[in-house]
Amino acid sequence: MSAPAPALVVSGLRVSLRGTDTDIVDDVSFSIQPGEVLGLVGESGSGKTTAGLAILGHTRRGAEISAGSVTVGDRDVLQLGPAERRRLRGSVVSYVPQDPAASLNPALRIGTQLMEVLETHSFGAGQSERRDRVAEMMREVALPDAPAYLRRYPHELSGGQQQRIGLAMAFACRPRVIVLDEPTTGLDVTTQAHVLGTVRELAALHGAAALYVSHDLAVVGTLAVRVAVMYAGRIVEMGSADELFHTAAHPYTRRLVAAIPHLSGRRALIGIPGRAPAPGHRPPGCFFSPRCTFVQPACEEAMPDLRMVGDKHSVRCLRAEEVRAQAGLVASAADELSTPEKGEVALALREVCARYGDLQVVHDVNLEVSPRECLALVGESGSGKTTLARSIAGLHQQRTGEILLRGTPLATSSRGRPREARRDIQYVFQNPYGSLNPRRTVGQIVRQPLDLFGGVENADRQVDQMLERVALSASYADRYPDQLSGGERQRVAIARALVSGPSVLICDEVTSALDVSVQAAIVELLAELQRDLGLAMLFVTHNLPLVRSIAGRVAVMSTGRIVELGPVEQVIHAPTDEYTRRLLADTPSLETATA
Amino acid sequence: MASTTTDIAVTPEPEVITARRPAGALLRSALHLWRTRIGLALVVLLVAVALFGPFFAPHSPTDFVGAPNTGPSDAARFGTDHIGQDVWSRFLWGGREVLGMAVAATAIGLILGGLIGLIAAYSRNVLDDILMRSMDVILAFPQIMLALVAIATVGPQTWLIILTVGLTTMPRVARVARGASQPIVERDFVAAAEALGVPRFRILVGEVMPNTLSPLLVEMNLRLTYSIGLIAGLAFLGFAPNQNGADWGFMIQENRLALVSQPWGVVLPVLAIALLTIGTGLVGDGIARAAVGIDRSRGGE
Repeated sequence: MSAPAPALVVSGLRVSLRGTDTDIVDDVSFSIQPGEVLGLVGESGSGKTTAGLAILGHTRRGAEISAGSVTVGDRDVLQLGPAERRRLRGSVVSYVPQDPAASLNPALRIGTQLMEVLETHSFGAGQSERRDRVAEMMREVALPDAPAYLRRYPHELSGGQQQRIGLAMAFACRPRVIVLDEPTTGLDVTTQAHVLGTVRELAALHGAAALYVSHDLAVVGTLAVRVAVMYAGRIVEMGSADELFHTAAHPYTRRLVAAIPHLSGRRALIGIPGRAPAPGHRPPGCFFSPRCTFVQPACEEAMPDLRMVGDKHSVRCLRAEEVRAQAGLVASAADELSTPEKGEVALALREVCARYGDLQVVHDVNLEVSPRECLALVGESGSGKTTLARSIAGLHQQRTGEILLRGTPLATSSRGRPREARRDIQYVFQNPYGSLNPRRTVGQIVRQPLDLFGGVENADRQVDQMLERVALSASYADRYPDQLSGGERQRVAIARALVSGPSVLICDEVTSALDVSVQAAIVELLAELQRDLGLAMLFVTHNLPLVRSIAGRVAVMSTGRIVELGPVEQVIHAPTDEYTRRLLADTPSLETATA
Repeated sequence: MASTTTDIAVTPEPEVITARRPAGALLRSALHLWRTRIGLALVVLLVAVALFGPFFAPHSPTDFVGAPNTGPSDAARFGTDHIGQDVWSRFLWGGREVLGMAVAATAIGLILGGLIGLIAAYSRNVLDDILMRSMDVILAFPQIMLALVAIATVGPQTWLIILTVGLTTMPRVARVARGASQPIVERDFVAAAEALGVPRFRILVGEVMPNTLSPLLVEMNLRLTYSIGLIAGLAFLGFAPNQNGADWGFMIQENRLALVSQPWGVVLPVLAIALLTIGTGLVGDGIARAAVGIDRSRGGE
């Protein structure tokens, strides 16, 4: 394809810790054509955001761009002075940050903020032309352009609308290059699908070169034609989304793809053991070698160069051909799900309603979970699924109806429940960054239920065993939560929940704050524990494909009501409810990504 | 430096509000700042004067060593006061009472205020309003007014001064404690403890309080500074528990009429009170800066 001159050329980009040789990102080179979206995928800590910010000539505190060039049109952004760079940002190169709510000024009306962008960069001839451009932008991002709407404040908009305003601001001056840093994180799937569609349209419409930074390969796959995979500050593989999904040539990409839940066909999710090396702690040779199954002595000697293995497909691996030749995905059939005990009911919900003040958020929910059964509860944010889960755990008190634990009704508040009931129902929270007390060691945290419920001979040994059971070693007992990664923290939370031997486990979006490969490992672990310990589990999630890997039955929740309930296969392949169908259509997955 | 590496710890982890900072580590990092070192040196110096001064005093504080308001001489290094007592000896004796009462009063205010703030933040219901609004009522009166009313009614007893200063310190600490606890009680680890059925008091003291230590440490220093000033001020107004004893605040009042002819009787206690409050203030500021990780001397932002 003889393409026009690329809009953005990045070559040999290196960002390092100020005043040291330690690099965060090195040897990053790519180019993007006008109108093209390049996906940059990596896990937390891979340096993808650092690379994205460097395109604007910006680094976070303590880091500096130490080598390379970023050419937009015919100018090297890195050679410009501070004032020129500032002029460039927003008008020629613009940026959409991760959190839309935090990036909009809460005290200014959105119309004012949009005008401000145009005025700063002296866009257009006068006020009226700018006002026309604001209206045009609003239409482009599919929001109303009525003056009344423009007079709203950011808090009067939903998360998805705020993110569209963020997009409108970024595209306001018709930039040639736009960097999007995970702009759909935190949005639910339907909103995410709309925002992604808008990004694609805007890039094509304005002929802008877009770099879409994300940790979610499935999301990137639906949006970008070309994808670059980043690991420990290096691009390890770059190629078309199709090639990466089906014939990945780098072992890391392959493992990343294997970690994505599938809609079609149940299979085990496979996490990647170990964690990515941090800057300054990277091994000699290929950075992935300690975690790689293809590793050979040469890998540990020198970092392999990025080389072409196909038309527009490059990879940083010595054994790329062998990796690629390996048939299909490293898929393995999932273990059998445990068979629920028929006739017995561990947990039953009858006509459960829950409210916040005057607002009813859960309406007449009836559910039953048998021992050894995993029931998934799926819904978008705001559907009431977390409120329902918290009601079961006795953390949400404004509820009516009956919640029965093996036939015994439970009080609304956990404090009103007998000790056995509190021990029997355990809860794992969504955010492992909030659910562990930063002032306590892992050992103290896991030990807490044992101390509380008593009757334990050797609590310390139990804690050690439990930590090993969740694939942490006993040596973690002396560490504090802020010394652990997100995945490790969630394992600690799971250990705390299971250490006292409960029979019902409620998992509230336990993987939504985690990377895809970590998510796979956590789900793997939960499925195994549920099977081995014979737990009745309620697995709350917004991720429909994920459900396949763990649950036998699924309940779909929308605006506080269960709209569909049935075996997973049936709900995914033959959904009867309109809402379920829409949820399925909007969920980014490998199938939709490569369709 | 550690903080540099966290800055670029590549992806910001969501919702890391409080890092693990046991009080010991916090104090250690505060000691890296010059303001904390200077403040601590001042505090140590003045506390030493107050505690050990009496052992080095050449005279008893109530001995008459010469004519009133004479300047420095061999008999009296800093001269004599308005009735002929040795200024230097009275100065060395006069810190114990102020300091002891200030520490006791601050401790009362800190413990009561801290508990009320924690309970108010954790209760999340009408109790919160009742507690905090009643604190506001106390806050509405100037601290010294309430102290004066109580002491003028009952008389300048040591326990009464400690109690009134402590009780008027309480609402100020309570506000800080409530503010610091409020984001903590919303976090999931508190919900996790609730789901387990951990007793309320243990949640407060074991889960919530350790996460509010840094602001409370800062507040403790600030309140100590104010208590010293307040107690010295009361003594200046004539409300010292021991009318014949030595007391820095009282000394200022006694000798202020001879300020021009014999300034030492005023200057020494004023200097002591000023340096002590500056010292505790600097220590508090150092801890506050260490807690939020501001270190301007390193030339960051």
